[in-house]
Amino acid sequence: MSKTQIDAPAGVPFVDITREFDAPLELVRRAWTDPDLVKQWLGPRKYEMVIEQWDARAGGAYRYIHRDDAGNEFGFHGVFHSNDPDNMVQTFEFEGMPGHVSLDRLQLEDIGGGRTRSHIHSVFQSLEDRDGMVQAGMGDGVNEGFERLDELLAKMPLPVG
Amino acid sequence: MAIDLDAVFSALADPTRRAILARLTQGDAPVAALAAPFRMSQPAVSRHLKVLEEAGLISRTRQATARISHLEAQPLLEATAWLAEYQRFWDERYGQLDELLHRLQQTQRKEQKP
Repeated sequence: MSKTQIDAPAGVPFVDITREFDAPLELVRRAWTDPDLVKQWLGPRKYEMVIEQWDARAGGAYRYIHRDDAGNEFGFHGVFHSNDPDNMVQTFEFEGMPGHVSLDRLQLEDIGGGRTRSHIHSVFQSLEDRDGMVQAGMGDGVNEGFERLDELLAKMPLPVG
Repeated sequence: MAIDLDAVFSALADPTRRAILARLTQGDAPVAALAAPFRMSQPAVSRHLKVLEEAGLISRTRQATARISHLEAQPLLEATAWLAEYQRFWDERYGQLDELLHRLQQTQRKEQKP
């Protein structure tokens, strides 16, 4: 069971991503706002992460690039609209799908014991955008075969007849 | 045919429909066989089959008087790949954030000690 809970509800172009961290709120917040820290975790491991700009203030902009071993670059950019810990709002655009902009809200919550709950609510322009965003970076995921189907069905609870 | 992931997820949201799909991994089946494990009328099961068919998760053919349901695996594979990929992406990203937060806290503790 993953520690990250992801909900993609039917019929609405939203994704909700919830996760708890074993660190105080102020530190989690720093990890989101300080570009030197953002660089250390936001990019996938297999890519080099280049942050061109990361100005996490209302009206500030960001742009970063993932670069693979072959030198291919994938750019992302957006604007921060609010930077309150309980309402950090930013736009997000993958430059491979220009014009398809999502609106992301990050909420950090102190849950005691030096722990923090992070909740992201992403609003896409359409269901196609929501699903396309993932498929754009999906690679071989679709072709992994029937084992996954069996695993999935094996995990599903059967109704009591 | 483009797969309507939304219809797939809606169809999968129901435990009876998931059980029907699980049964169909064993092989094609007529409505009566699919209804047998449930305390449910055949028309009720047929309604579930209609939802699955519209989502592209099954196809149905007629053999004599019976309608036989057949599992169409590709939409299900794509639907699970979609979520699995999203999950993998965020697990990796947040795993790295865990490591960073851990390092930062260790550094803080060292600085606090004389």
